[in-house]
Amino acid sequence: MSSTKTRVPAVEGWFTLDDEAPTLLGSRCTSCGNVAFPKETFFCRNPECQSREFVETPLSRTGKVWSFTDACYQPPPPYVPADPYVPFALAAVELADEQLVVMGQLVPGVTVSDLSVGTEVTLVLDTLYEDDENEYVVWKWQPTASGPEA
Amino acid sequence: MANDNSIVVLGAGMHPWGKWGRNFVEYGVAAAQDALDDADISWSDIQYVAGADTIRNGYPGFIAGATFAQALGWTGARVSSAYAACASGSQAISNARAQILAGLCDVALVVGADTTPKGFFTPVGGERKDDPDWLRFHLMGATNPTYFALYARRRMELFGATEEDFAAVKVKNARHGLANENARYRKEVTAEEVLASPMVADPLRLLEICATSDGGAALVLCSKEFARRHGVSGSTVTIDAVSTVTPRFPQTVIEMPNFSTDSSVAAATVGPTFKQSIALAAYEEAGISPEDVSLAEVYDLSSALELDWYEDIALCKEGEAERLLRDGDTTIGGRVPVNPSGGLSCFGEAIPAQAIAQVCELVWQLRGQATGRQVEGARVGITANQGLFGHGSSIIVSR
Repeated sequence: MSSTKTRVPAVEGWFTLDDEAPTLLGSRCTSCGNVAFPKETFFCRNPECQSREFVETPLSRTGKVWSFTDACYQPPPPYVPADPYVPFALAAVELADEQLVVMGQLVPGVTVSDLSVGTEVTLVLDTLYEDDENEYVVWKWQPTASGPEA
Repeated sequence: MANDNSIVVLGAGMHPWGKWGRNFVEYGVAAAQDALDDADISWSDIQYVAGADTIRNGYPGFIAGATFAQALGWTGARVSSAYAACASGSQAISNARAQILAGLCDVALVVGADTTPKGFFTPVGGERKDDPDWLRFHLMGATNPTYFALYARRRMELFGATEEDFAAVKVKNARHGLANENARYRKEVTAEEVLASPMVADPLRLLEICATSDGGAALVLCSKEFARRHGVSGSTVTIDAVSTVTPRFPQTVIEMPNFSTDSSVAAATVGPTFKQSIALAAYEEAGISPEDVSLAEVYDLSSALELDWYEDIALCKEGEAERLLRDGDTTIGGRVPVNPSGGLSCFGEAIPAQAIAQVCELVWQLRGQATGRQVEGARVGITANQGLFGHGSSIIVSR
């Protein structure tokens, strides 16, 4: 059972492991305010800015779908698919406050027929894959209307 | 249309695209010999070799201009190598052009070739947790068609594109490529067959996503003075512009292999998108406008992406690409045929060769040598492509 396994992030430092209200972790430039995800760590990518200092900033948990698709065929490694493979949906999501678009899978069970450009989605954590000791979690999007907060 | 910065295309050559399973060097050498024959010049006269690279067949020292130079027989020619994903071929052309325009050489050979595995393109191997290309596969299962499909779906929702429109692009390009002996797929398809093929990344189906191919392409380029000395008379084909611009911050369209776009919080989004800027820079450099264009070879990684390119190379305004397609403007015989070669739809992608192959097609079209797919009276052509990591290019060729 997965409940006996340790939950670890599939990538270190990209999101909080808060099951109730997880957030992606971006960076904010202390000089020009530019927001980046994944985090900038050594030089601001705004060409008008020379800053090397950033603070970690949680990104908005909700956004609107910019566009969406699905993966009908099993992606190649290093993707670790379920066995048997189950297709999943993906979306690029606009975050209004940060004024950027960030991608992610949709939670299992959501298909392209559930989505439109403009659909509001909320960030959740879900299992990406498991091994004998660990359950590796990643961020996914869930249509807000179908989530626990509806 | 030639200008002070034009260089002459003396020869063009290809090794046919396919799934031959041989070493990429063999395709590159065959294409080079084809281009040298076409130019009526011997290998030993070439002063500069510009190689277009890939990451697929090994490591940078092995996949290089020097690899082709050695295979053709060392002559002491100077050499360069360029890696720029889908734009590698254009950067090799750009290197050769710069040498010629600077007067550092008179005549150069540009070569690109690839041998590809079956199936989805995959990232470089190993556990590469600082490489966005590795991470997008690992964390999201996001393949290249994922990104093509995001653009396709957005066209449908914003501009009313239909699955039938996307299928019509495939039908058109399949017909264009029927007589092209360098194309890998030479088979007519119907819209029904396209729409019955398996869904890969909704709304894109198997027959609408370009395959990966083996192939090689080469050009012999020279100065106008060298062309005169070489006895080239009458109308010559020239390269008038090579655009290899990078995006401008903030880059607000999601691009392979990224997880997110830039933010517009700190800097307002102004001016053209990256893909628009690629062709715009080429038009400006050549001193022409989109109305001057007779034909275009654009990177139809997917059927739907070809429609984006109509707008990005300014053949029409945003949201009008479907009308251009439906009116037959982009079919051979129409106002401005797009992908008369059959495009990636008929070729499949041989990455470092593909941008060179686009120019080869324009050269043959402008000379009136495009048997079975000739665009009558073609005078000016434009290429456009874009790939991973902010690489893209556009080249303008005229006679």
